[in-house]
Amino acid sequence: MQPRLPYTILPDTGPLPDVQMYGTGIRFWHWSNALMVVVLSVTGYFIGTPPPSSIGDTSVLYWMGWIRFIHLAAGYIFGVLFLMRIWLALTAGGVAHQLFVPAIWRASWLRGFMKQIEWNLLLTNRPMRYIGLNPLGNIVMLLMFVIPSVVLVLTGFAMYAEVTGHESWQYLLFGWMSALFGNTLDMHILHRLAMWVVLSFAMAHIYIAVREDILSRQTTVSAMLSGDRLYRD
Amino acid sequence: MKKGETFFEAIKGRGVSRRDFLGFCGVMATYMGLGPDGVGLVAHALETKPRIPVLWLHGLECTCCSESFLRSGHPLASDIVMTMISLDYDDTIMAAAGHQAEQIVEDIIRDYKGNYLLAVEGNVPLAGDGMACIVGGRPFKDQFHEAARHAKAIIAWGTCASSGCVQAAKPNPTKATPIHKLVTHVPVVNVPGCPPIAEVMTGVITYMLTYDRIPELDRLRRPKMFYSQRVHDKCYRRAHFDAGQFVESWDDEGARQGWCLYKMGCRGPTTYNACAAMEWNEGVSFPIKSGHGCIGCSEEGFWDRGPFYERLPNMMQWGVESNADKVGLAAGAALAGGIAVQAGATLLKRIVTGRKLDAGLDRKPESEEEFK
Repeated sequence: MQPRLPYTILPDTGPLPDVQMYGTGIRFWHWSNALMVVVLSVTGYFIGTPPPSSIGDTSVLYWMGWIRFIHLAAGYIFGVLFLMRIWLALTAGGVAHQLFVPAIWRASWLRGFMKQIEWNLLLTNRPMRYIGLNPLGNIVMLLMFVIPSVVLVLTGFAMYAEVTGHESWQYLLFGWMSALFGNTLDMHILHRLAMWVVLSFAMAHIYIAVREDILSRQTTVSAMLSGDRLYRD
Repeated sequence: MKKGETFFEAIKGRGVSRRDFLGFCGVMATYMGLGPDGVGLVAHALETKPRIPVLWLHGLECTCCSESFLRSGHPLASDIVMTMISLDYDDTIMAAAGHQAEQIVEDIIRDYKGNYLLAVEGNVPLAGDGMACIVGGRPFKDQFHEAARHAKAIIAWGTCASSGCVQAAKPNPTKATPIHKLVTHVPVVNVPGCPPIAEVMTGVITYMLTYDRIPELDRLRRPKMFYSQRVHDKCYRRAHFDAGQFVESWDDEGARQGWCLYKMGCRGPTTYNACAAMEWNEGVSFPIKSGHGCIGCSEEGFWDRGPFYERLPNMMQWGVESNADKVGLAAGAALAGGIAVQAGATLLKRIVTGRKLDAGLDRKPESEEEFK
């Protein structure tokens, strides 16, 4: 295990060596997860708002069936990937834990957070160089990706338990969600709202990643591909 | 009413033949999903166990549960169960009236303390000290609490008693409260539906009288034998759902072909009830079979989840009528706006200052000399 790297602000000037930010596991998780988000959002959108009806006999047509199958299969993978990400946060070292636990209690993190806000409001011309997740982005990830993902997994499996029935392990593990809601229609709506939150996150995330790669003094997009963050002076 | 009398003795005294009695046992065993020996079990129990009296109270309700019950698909079942119940107390259908009727409630509570079934139709309005529902000159709240305290078990008939229904819809002016929120020491069986299916009602009550115990319940206290699956799970139009064939408007070809009503707001996928399996009026039809989506009448707060003809319910908490997709798209658009503003401002700043923002090139030189 690589030692845990806390959020660290690096010297403002001078050349810096590359830093290994994301291990293989984290990168694998990031891109598979991204793919699952796309698959789940597209199929999920169509489950709630089905495409126009197709003409033919029900013995050969299985459109919703396949959409639901892909959604459920991708949902399982998304759930397993989420567990994998928690496991990585505990064991992989590096910056893997920061997604779940931003170091809001550290002065340097708070300074970085304020600087990041200034930078995004175009109040400063000189972005910071640091090891770790963008503190502002980290908070957004927690609020708009991690928490909605937990909601999506819980409500998703609880809805699946509605299909598999009282004797299933899904009901055993997630059936309490249905009881919590009473009318499970609310659960479906919450699932859909959480999808919109994650999609909004994806939009902001991609924009900021590209923006930082172009304008900041450290690599972001390529760091998630190669694992190494490069710094410019 | 003779104490210790069995159920069979009671109905025999009212002219029901043994043949009819056994027929009834057969019907009930089938409803309850018992095996081939079920008929014998039901018959034996009803012939040997002392009859349990049933008090059927009416609170804040519309009597649609009673109406449904009276129209039980199999006249045999309704006749027999009705006969049995009218022996005790049901103010809508019993012969006695006024003080005489109210006296029966007191007698049963006194004589069968802890050993009678209480069936409640409707719920209890708590606002204004229960003034929204007066029975026999006093608040239903009081009658209910007296009867509930010493009951063996309580059957909450319909969505009113189970979760509130229309009188508890927002803003619930009379503070109509479902039964299970009012009792603590007596088991409650919820039989939701507006009204519940007649055969479900006779099935539940017969189970409890036969076995002298409450049926297996789910987490919302509904009998699993009737409420463990959604209307969607057993819907005869399910094949059209899986195929992706939907009614898009009420008079289109899909509606004529009997396609899935999901897009027309059918609540089948979130409604736990036996409609699709048992159907209504002796198995004649049920809403979806008649071309109208399920409105989810056996679900909590279904009145507050409208409109009934759209898949996504309105979300009133956003002030204007909206739904999950509209809220999501608005949030996404707002964020996209923010992104556009920031990207535009970055570009503008770069054009105006004419400098690259990164790589330290934007640092102001300390002096003209340094710059050279």
